[in-house]
Amino acid sequence: MEYEIVIGLEVHVQLNTLSKMFCGCSTKFGAEPNTQTCPVCLGLPGVLPVMNEEAIRLAVKTGMAFGCRVSNFCKFDRKNYYYPDLPKNYQISQYDKPLNMGGSVPIRIDGQKKAIKLTRIHLEEDAGKLVHDVCGGSGVDLNRTGLPLMEIVSEPDIHSPDEAYAYLVSLKQGLRYLGVSDCNMEEGSLRCDANISIRPKGTSRLGTKTEIKNLNSFANVKKSLEYEAKRQEKAIGNGERIIQETRLWDAAKEKTISMRSKEEAHDYRYFPEPDLVPVILEDEYFKKVSGEIPEMPDVRYERFIEEYKLSGYDAGVMTSDKDLADFFEETSKQGADPKKVANWVMGDFLKEINTAKISICDARVKPSALAMLIKLIDKGTISGKIAKDVFAEMFASGKNPEDIIKEKGIVQISDEKEIEAVIKDVLKNNPKVVEDYKSGKKSASGFIVGLVMKASKGKANPKLVNELLQKKLDEL
Amino acid sequence: MELCDKTIHDLSGMLAKKEIQPSEIMKSALSRMEKTGEFASFIKTFPEEAMKCAGEQDKKALKGSLSGIPVAIKDNMCIEGKGTTCASHILEGFTAPYTATAVQKLLDEGAIVIGKTNMDEFAMGSSTETSFFGNTLNPWNKDTVPGGSSGGSATSVALGEAAGSLGSDTGGSIRQPASLCGLVGLKPTYGRVSRYGLVAFASSLDQIGPFAKDVEDAAILLKAISGYDAKDSTSVNAEVPDYPSQIKNGIKGLRIGVPREYFLEGIDNEVEACVRKAIKDLENCGAEIRDVSLPRTEYAVATYYIIATAEASSNLARYDGVHYGLREKAGNIIDLYKKTRSAGFGDEVKRRIILGTYVLSSGYYDAYYLKAQKVRTLIKEDFSKAFGEVDVIVTPTSPTTAWKIGEKTDDPLKMYLSDIYTISANLAGIPAVSLNCGFSAGLPVGLQLQAAHFNEAVLLRTAYAFEQMNDYHKKRAFSETAENQVKYY
Repeated sequence: MEYEIVIGLEVHVQLNTLSKMFCGCSTKFGAEPNTQTCPVCLGLPGVLPVMNEEAIRLAVKTGMAFGCRVSNFCKFDRKNYYYPDLPKNYQISQYDKPLNMGGSVPIRIDGQKKAIKLTRIHLEEDAGKLVHDVCGGSGVDLNRTGLPLMEIVSEPDIHSPDEAYAYLVSLKQGLRYLGVSDCNMEEGSLRCDANISIRPKGTSRLGTKTEIKNLNSFANVKKSLEYEAKRQEKAIGNGERIIQETRLWDAAKEKTISMRSKEEAHDYRYFPEPDLVPVILEDEYFKKVSGEIPEMPDVRYERFIEEYKLSGYDAGVMTSDKDLADFFEETSKQGADPKKVANWVMGDFLKEINTAKISICDARVKPSALAMLIKLIDKGTISGKIAKDVFAEMFASGKNPEDIIKEKGIVQISDEKEIEAVIKDVLKNNPKVVEDYKSGKKSASGFIVGLVMKASKGKANPKLVNELLQKKLDEL
Repeated sequence: MELCDKTIHDLSGMLAKKEIQPSEIMKSALSRMEKTGEFASFIKTFPEEAMKCAGEQDKKALKGSLSGIPVAIKDNMCIEGKGTTCASHILEGFTAPYTATAVQKLLDEGAIVIGKTNMDEFAMGSSTETSFFGNTLNPWNKDTVPGGSSGGSATSVALGEAAGSLGSDTGGSIRQPASLCGLVGLKPTYGRVSRYGLVAFASSLDQIGPFAKDVEDAAILLKAISGYDAKDSTSVNAEVPDYPSQIKNGIKGLRIGVPREYFLEGIDNEVEACVRKAIKDLENCGAEIRDVSLPRTEYAVATYYIIATAEASSNLARYDGVHYGLREKAGNIIDLYKKTRSAGFGDEVKRRIILGTYVLSSGYYDAYYLKAQKVRTLIKEDFSKAFGEVDVIVTPTSPTTAWKIGEKTDDPLKMYLSDIYTISANLAGIPAVSLNCGFSAGLPVGLQLQAAHFNEAVLLRTAYAFEQMNDYHKKRAFSETAENQVKYY
């Protein structure tokens, strides 16, 4: 029997706020354990939460950008459960009235566009982190406690591990475009749990799902879903029943493992958080936030193809990151040929960025400088080969290409008379090669070009060298 | 009369005229405390620190409205560097690293904290008998309870140990002990006073308020603690009137409502007689007395015990032995929770946690919690409607005077019903005050006045008018000279 895979993803992202969701503590990653805490996030007796308005703004921005129905009434609920990383033993979250309902995330798979539907996006606070085997036992680091999170729940609308991967990539791109989250899985600012079930192709009733946890990269999400789909298919094929359970992804063994014994039916006893008053959002507020939403990656992708005549692949790379797309677009607007800009950006620029491990914004090469470089190549002032060295220097020093060329005296020789003189010399000094050419060995011309270039210390304009040499040879 | 038996406004007047110094007041209060230990007002006192502080004030120009005034704080409000127990074993060893906003405001006005007062554990009770540290005695009769849960805050003022005190009121926990101890006790409008630093019992009902010997003192204390606090989202950003200057404006033409539902069964005859007489007095002051109806009154106790316990079950979840306070030895985390909470909480607290957990449980939520929230809205409506007709609603504070210690401890329901007149104000979020309106068998009877949201001024004005016609507020429960010793008044 042929099966259809049904996947729904729950993604938690940490919002880019300076302070925590309900107190003034810093959200900076990587501090010493329990140094970014205060009575409020420690849940000491008598403290009260105070809403970080920035977290609401970022969530509203996200909802608007993904086409959600954004509520004008923002209220919070308590989710009650006992766990040592949760000092209050309840989490402030949103239950029956999430800020954002519906909406979708656009994906492109095998050249096809598809919109993955969202169920909801709500706000909640993060819990702390248990650290085992410290000071002779287990400890808890509460630096993370109270960080603002957005939980993004998709509909069971994803039908392959590849789609799941594409969804995560697109979601992350979108969130980063919006500047609402770093979406850094290594630092835990993006976390993903996956729900998967299978059903006979053509049927509509959902099968029993399993939830996969402990996913630490998009690649592992994909792998775990591939594994789990096969496992379920095999189990059903063997006449077994799928148990609704949580399974852990073991990345080393590349398989999911049942967490069976720990499963208890949770009753979170949600009720409205009495310490926070609901926030009413006015039309003016939505207007303001809407003005802060940039052009989203999928729209920009199509525009880049249309406006800059980029290939689908190039447009995909250029729009994968907002700063990169901005860099590309800014450079192109300075009059450089977009296709060439894309090649430079995908080639030398990203290579240097990755080697230096810096962000695009921190690159010392500015769009105007790259545009200038490309124009210098076009004008024949320098060769493409030399341009690569010039670019490396631009990247290292932040100087503009004209200055580098001037300093190093590497201006390309485009003076025809000068080049003709070099050619004359070379032909004079290499009679054998000239003979070869004359006797019909046309490939000898390439060799002569090389000799001319060498004689000019690489400064001669290769295009002119080719033209002038050919003329000369034809005259022979 | 000893200094410690005087009112705050009298003491402030004497300080202003330099007739006395802060340290003299403090000496008087501390010396009283030495004689009244058996009443057990306090869980912890700070005599040396208080004396030192008063001594420093002797040398300074006094600027605050409460300079040199000894105050007592209920032990569910945090003070930096001091223990905060909520009268519970489970908070043993916990030291607060910060100060509650309301307490800080008193300190900013120059008040000196002399101690943290006894209470029902986590403010759950009406008699101060559920305290882990033992019960507090009523200053008017040692065999009876002082009321609760802010029993110690009430007795500290009634005994002259403190000139004023702060309590918290979730269902009557200021007004009822004020009634049973013959004091003025005021529960402000929900949102009038910051709850930051008040250990939560039921967040949507809790409010901090003052205990005082008379209305003017209550007005001074209320003014000091009121106001918006950015640390409490539920505090309201509304202007704080100058309460003390407004109390003497009189009540001529004021419409005072008497809700018929408050004078049905269960009320003690003498209590009713005192309250009826008080209503007459108010009429004689020029107020217009009207009959009003609060038809949903009968549902208030049930509604309250669902909402308050639901919130409490969640608020008290943090006392688990993991982060601070008591921790019982256990082999794993679940046992740690179980053992710590079993050992740390008393019976009444456990009862309410279980009740609250139950009403929030899946499958019961709609029938209990949600239904209670709806009834709460209806109760609020009752009051809105009534306040369309009258300015103040007058009722008894408690159906009876102080009862014998132990009389109701085995019957929770009977205990719960002692709050029947005070609970509605918390559900509606309106301000209410209790003041002494007479005695029955030597025990004080309380008169409760309720007003619309943020109308504390009219409550104080009405209470003051009543006070001027009587001298109950001048009676002191404790006297140091044998012949003046008030036994059964």
